[in-house]
Amino acid sequence: MLIFLLRRLMQACFVMVIISVISFSIQDKLGDPVQQMVAMTVSPEERNQLRNELGLNDGFFVQYWRFAKGAVQGDLGTSYYYKEPTLDVILEKLPATLELALCAIIIVILVATPCGVLAAIKPKHILSRLLMVISSIGLSVPIFIIAILMVYIFSIELNMVPSFGRGQTTEVFGLWESGLVTKDGLKHLLLPSLSLAIALMPIFVRLIRAEMMEVLQSEYIRFAWSKGLSAPRIYFVHALKNTMLPVITVGGIQAGTLVAYTILTETIFQWPGMGFLFMDAVSRVDTPLVSAYLIVVGGIFVITNTLVDLIYGLVNPTVRLASHGL
Amino acid sequence: MNLLSVSHLHVNFHMKKQELAALIDVSFTLNRGERIAIVGESGAGKSILGFSIVNLIGKPGYIESGSIKLENKELTTMNLRQLQEVRGKRIAMIFQDPMMTLNPVLTIGDQLVETIRSHTKISYKDARNIAIEKLHNVQIASPEKRFDQYPHELSGGMRQRVIIASVLLLNPDIIIADEPTTALDVTIQAEILQLLLAICRDNGVALILISHDLGVVSKVAERTLVMYAGHIVEEGPTLEIINDPQHPYTQGLLNALPQMTLPGQRLNQIQGSMPSLTERPSGCAFHPRCPYATQKPQFIYNGVSTVACFIIEDMLNEFSENEKEAL
Repeated sequence: MLIFLLRRLMQACFVMVIISVISFSIQDKLGDPVQQMVAMTVSPEERNQLRNELGLNDGFFVQYWRFAKGAVQGDLGTSYYYKEPTLDVILEKLPATLELALCAIIIVILVATPCGVLAAIKPKHILSRLLMVISSIGLSVPIFIIAILMVYIFSIELNMVPSFGRGQTTEVFGLWESGLVTKDGLKHLLLPSLSLAIALMPIFVRLIRAEMMEVLQSEYIRFAWSKGLSAPRIYFVHALKNTMLPVITVGGIQAGTLVAYTILTETIFQWPGMGFLFMDAVSRVDTPLVSAYLIVVGGIFVITNTLVDLIYGLVNPTVRLASHGL
Repeated sequence: MNLLSVSHLHVNFHMKKQELAALIDVSFTLNRGERIAIVGESGAGKSILGFSIVNLIGKPGYIESGSIKLENKELTTMNLRQLQEVRGKRIAMIFQDPMMTLNPVLTIGDQLVETIRSHTKISYKDARNIAIEKLHNVQIASPEKRFDQYPHELSGGMRQRVIIASVLLLNPDIIIADEPTTALDVTIQAEILQLLLAICRDNGVALILISHDLGVVSKVAERTLVMYAGHIVEEGPTLEIINDPQHPYTQGLLNALPQMTLPGQRLNQIQGSMPSLTERPSGCAFHPRCPYATQKPQFIYNGVSTVACFIIEDMLNEFSENEKEAL
């Protein structure tokens, strides 16, 4: 177990080094940060001086080395716009994004599992067919269209829920700005988390259905029927547990997609999270912030996949993390 | 009364374009404590017969007509709930490949206890005791330890023992064993077979052994049914069938045993292979492979019309002989 975690830690460092190199190499393609920082009237000489101060005139490797030295000490640079350490800026926005993502994941699990199971055990039922049609529509229609439609229907026409922002937030444990504890916060969370969930849902419904149908064909399911077990026991104990193994793996990989979709969702709903911050940083050419965001997201990705592997080990008895140190 | 009586059973496969007959007019009976064997090549319909008894034929197969009676209860018309009471409790099944039969993500204990608890209302602890006792009966060493293990921690022979223990849990009247030793090592095969035989004998359990191995059958079964292309082609006491097979197919099967050939010689074989469901020959399904099959009836001209039939041929012959006598 310890070996497994240590290996994962090394893997995480490796991933983040690669990400930082990539984000550094695209920096000067994003635009000129100085142009965004100073007024139109500032002369080219002064601009060049500022550039020198920021170290932007140094070579790529000099700049990267300076960044890397800071990064190993926990300093991912200073944001040009906020004039604060980038890590602090990002961590301040982290709770909003995590709450959004977590809610979306919970919605996906709660809805996709029963839908997938139903579609697998009663493939000819009218509801299952309907589900398949809806999920293909969901797969092909981009999330921002669905999100904007939902804003139009539920916020503008029906006036049921607010369309942007996080609403009222409360500080929990002194370090976490949470929107989950107030009614207003939950109301604000509803549409963004729902549209994020809708973006991920179709893949899971289809995956669970396909895996479950395959599992139901297996010999051990037939043997379970021959033992005279009840249908719920066969479907939800014997079949579902085996169905979930590949689904868990795909779930880990989908964490990346989730991050990408949070950027879209947060932009549409003006959700003050990391994705929204990232979009702002890109448009302001706040390159240190962009790099720091990419590194933090890389870290989150490695952590989620480690968690996913741990869960996989718990569900699948043939995997022993401790002895093999996978 | 017979424990199990199958009469005029027809099983079809429902395909898009046609109905394919997998079992045709199958009838047999099984008495309490009796051990019978169903033999035949792959595709003869042996397994389908085994599965159809407890209505477990996978789609698109279904029972078209006929009756399967357990004492006086008709099994073919039962709903799922009634069938669940029969399955496992009165008729239990052993499958071919022990590596595939146990669920990989549940412990041995879970899979044994659930069987007991789904049929009788007893506590987990009592169910566990029964399960451990049955594991002990099938000669599994340290059953308490095995109880908490997962299938992948056991060898193939051990798993088949667990499966035998699992079918014994509720003291069923009938065990249907579908090629229970085929997937096992030759050395383990004999052990498992001995165990199965001993268990059926000691508990008075009736056994339907599905096999293609006449050697196995001769050691276990009192009566044998030979199947070919969905038909039962011969039925009788195992000893009779082995010593004096009547049907050319049974003769061919026995001839194909390695013991029937001198060392170094080519093994005997039945020419050709089992017809698939879609291309079943007309008339006797075995005739294309039968060494005794006579030529197809030729078109015979009886003076007025042309007919192709054995009966007409015989009648014509008789007729001409009578004519000769009259002359």
